[in-house]
Amino acid sequence: MNGWRRSGRGGRARLVATLEEQESIVLRGLVGEVVGMLDGREAETPTDELAELTGMRTGPSKRPEDRVLARLLPDFTMEDADLASGLRSLHEPALIEAKKQAASTVLEALPPEGGRVELTPDQADEWLRALNDVRLALGTALDVSEETPEELPDDDPRSPHLGVYHWLTFVQDSLVQARMGLL
Amino acid sequence: MSAPLSSPTTQVDPALDEDVSGDTPWQAIVWNDPVNLMSYVTYVLQKIFGYPEPKATALMLDVHHKGKAAVSSGDKDKIEGDVAKLHAAGLWATMQRT
Repeated sequence: MNGWRRSGRGGRARLVATLEEQESIVLRGLVGEVVGMLDGREAETPTDELAELTGMRTGPSKRPEDRVLARLLPDFTMEDADLASGLRSLHEPALIEAKKQAASTVLEALPPEGGRVELTPDQADEWLRALNDVRLALGTALDVSEETPEELPDDDPRSPHLGVYHWLTFVQDSLVQARMGLL
Repeated sequence: MSAPLSSPTTQVDPALDEDVSGDTPWQAIVWNDPVNLMSYVTYVLQKIFGYPEPKATALMLDVHHKGKAAVSSGDKDKIEGDVAKLHAAGLWATMQRT
C-alpha cells in the first residue's frame, strides 16, 4: 500500500487506502494473534455467579506474567500495589473489550483478497488503536528499543519480523497523519 | 518513542500551561516507550483531552526527552478515567498523587 489519503469532506470524510492481498493476510493474522492473547487472558478468569447476576465483571487483580500481555494491559499505578490490583480488577474487562472491539473493526474492514479500505473517522480511530496494539505486541516480542536499526543482518531470526514491524509503523503513521488532517 | 516520517516542528514549553501543574491531588503520567509513535502520542493527547496541537506536541516531546510527562491532573476518579482511556489507546500511563 502507498499510505492513507483523505477523501470527501465534512460528514462524508473518509480515509482510504489500497491493500495488497499479502498485506491483508499479514494484518489479519497479526490482529487475530492479539485477539487470541486477549481471549486467553479473559479465559483465566471465569465469570462467577455474582458477575452473572449483576452483569458486573471483575478482572484478575494480578498483572499478566506474559510480557506482551503485560504491555497491552499495564498497571494503573506504580506507587501502591493494593491500589494497582484493585484498579486492574475493576478496569481490565472493559479494556480487553475495547481492544477486541478495535480489532474486530479492522478484521471486518479488511478485504480478504486485498483491495480498497475506506474508513470513517471513528473507524480510523479504532484502526489506530488496533494497529498500535499489534505494534506493541510485536515490538515487545522483538525487544524493539530506540536503538533498534532499520534492518537486522539477514541471518538474524528476527529480521523478517522486524520488516513487518516497520511496515506496520508506516501504516499506522500514515493513518495518524491523514486522521489528524480531519481534526 | 520513534518518528518514522516526520518530526514535529512546533515547540511550546509545557511548564507554561497551568492546568497540569495546579493544586490537584492526582496526575496521569505518560511514560516513554520505544514503540509508540510521536505522531500517534500527539494525536491521542489531542483526542482524549481536547488539547490544541501545540500543547499536545509539547507534552509528547516531554515524554520523549524526559522519559515521562504529567498529561492531566484532577481528583482520583477523573484521573482513573483518564488512565483507562490512555490504556485503551495503548499508551503506557499510570496515576500518582501529586
